Amino acid sequence: MRPGQTGTVVDLAGGRGMVRRMQAMGIRPGVPITRLSGQPFRGPVSLQVGATQVAVGYGLARRIMVEVAS
Amino acid sequence: MRRILLMGNPNVGKSVVFSRLTGADVIVSNYPGTTVEFTKGRMKLDGERAEVIDVPGTYTLDPTTRAEQVAAEMVSQGDIIVDVVDATNLERNLNLTLQLLQTGKPVIVALNMWDEAGHKGIEIDVEALEQILGVAVVPTIAISGRGINTLVQRLDEASTGTPRFLGCDRWSTVGHIVDQVQRVTHRHHTFLENLADLSLKPWTGIPLAVVLGLVSFAVIRFIGEGLIGYLFDPLFERLWAPVVLHLSALLGPGSFWHELLVGKLVAGEIDFVESLGLLTTGLYVPLAMVLPYVFAFYLVLSLLEDIGYLPRLGVLVDTIMHRLGLHGLTIIPMMLGLGCNIPGALATRVLETRRQRFIAATLMAICVPCMAQIAMVVGLLGKFGAAGLIPVFGTLAILWVVLALIFKAVLPGEAPEIFIEIPPYRIPALRTTGQKVWLRTRQFVADAVPYVLLGVLIVNVLYVAGIIQFMGRILAPIITGILGLPAEAVAALLIGFLRKDVAVGMLAPLGLTLKQLIIACVVLTSYFPCAATFAVLLREFGAKGMAKAAVLMVVVALSVGGLLNLLL
Repeated sequence: MRPGQTGTVVDLAGGRGMVRRMQAMGIRPGVPITRLSGQPFRGPVSLQVGATQVAVGYGLARRIMVEVAS
Repeated sequence: MRRILLMGNPNVGKSVVFSRLTGADVIVSNYPGTTVEFTKGRMKLDGERAEVIDVPGTYTLDPTTRAEQVAAEMVSQGDIIVDVVDATNLERNLNLTLQLLQTGKPVIVALNMWDEAGHKGIEIDVEALEQILGVAVVPTIAISGRGINTLVQRLDEASTGTPRFLGCDRWSTVGHIVDQVQRVTHRHHTFLENLADLSLKPWTGIPLAVVLGLVSFAVIRFIGEGLIGYLFDPLFERLWAPVVLHLSALLGPGSFWHELLVGKLVAGEIDFVESLGLLTTGLYVPLAMVLPYVFAFYLVLSLLEDIGYLPRLGVLVDTIMHRLGLHGLTIIPMMLGLGCNIPGALATRVLETRRQRFIAATLMAICVPCMAQIAMVVGLLGKFGAAGLIPVFGTLAILWVVLALIFKAVLPGEAPEIFIEIPPYRIPALRTTGQKVWLRTRQFVADAVPYVLLGVLIVNVLYVAGIIQFMGRILAPIITGILGLPAEAVAALLIGFLRKDVAVGMLAPLGLTLKQLIIACVVLTSYFPCAATFAVLLREFGAKGMAKAAVLMVVVALSVGGLLNLLL
């Protein structure tokens, strides 16, 4: 997913703790998600989910499985 | 007495509602996690006193962090829950609302930031929402106070509600509710939203951060120097000095009370920095040297906080910070620590693990001088310009990086990845930002003046009793041998346990060389936190944690001081 792209969350590939935290922020399967920007050198990625903007570490962001809208 | 809990997601304005309900002074900012402690207050409800508790924000009652766990445990102790909801983000907030309704406690919903929702083209049908949830819903704009009276009047209507599940699980229920009550009209990006995007994109965000840093520095210097040069110095020199000189003549130089109140005259005149009397140095240091910078710093910091810049800075520096084994948000306690180490130590609670919090607090205590100390160092070394200031602050900055790397290598574990909500940029409200600056400045005056006076008093007593001379002889091998300072500098180091600004001020009459001043300023910053900060750290990390930190501080201070003595 590149900055500016939008897609739909398909799966959260992580432990229960991670899944719960993501869900509490509104990141869960079926939700539309937009990548706003990313810091260089595998820095945090900022995402738009609903009305929320979140910054997520690179490793965590990689575990959000997204189907990119064409 | 009934107990009212204010609960909701982080950064929805619970503390603003709290301050409106109770009239209490609390610090509010535009980033998640400003409230890290329970704040209690009182209000009148139906002629009776009721207790109001401002609970730290939580996204869910299934706790995912320790702070959330504490919030979740809190629920059972409340009689009424005021669920503060961010109207601009109904979907995510309702998730918690439904969980609160399931606890069976009486709930009332405050639909806060109602005005911002309007600006964003979000329309919410309040009556429909009330019907679906089965509890009272009151639109509020806490920052201007609108809707708060209605909220208080309707507090008694708080009820257990009728949490009907409209879908197969909570989130689909939330989805159904939002579909029924909310209408969003599309509209273009505002200037603030564009600016928000730019400050997170690396190619614009990093230059913006640098510019902001330089501008903040310039503004703090301008206001600080302006206040000293045009207000406080003239006040002290023209109005206060004649009064004290008169008193000096009355008491007669050399007498005990003269030494204590006025101190030593320098060439028959009062020297507010060097005289070391309660009415001279004791008042001049906190009020005319430190206060102007403290005020200027808090003005700038409070503006940055309320606009919502700090979490963005945390994201920008996260990549570098992780290389150092730290979390990007570590920047928040460091920035607050520059004002005063105590709020800095408390702000380490925004970090998730104990290891992270311990590292951040220790780094701050050793390497981050508070504004009171910075102001004194600038006052003392400013006349040497960059040659005096760069070695002091440069050494501390390098030390910060080196220590972070040592911690990374020595302490097992790693920094968890950043995961934080980024609040929208907001135009700071004059009332809340002004109140915060006032609150922090007042806190400084209330804390600093008595401590500084006590410090000056203790110095005088210790000198008269000969204890300082005695300690000077005992510690001479360390102070003179390793650090290359005169034995009398021991007085400054002793007072540094109490307050750093007075300690730096005490170096002034010793006639130190530039090199000695640099060493003394660095050592005074790092060898131990002031008493008030130490007390807070002790509470946060316990005696064992602090014992380790204290040993580290002394070792670091002596090695760095010794190294500077050899190198400079």
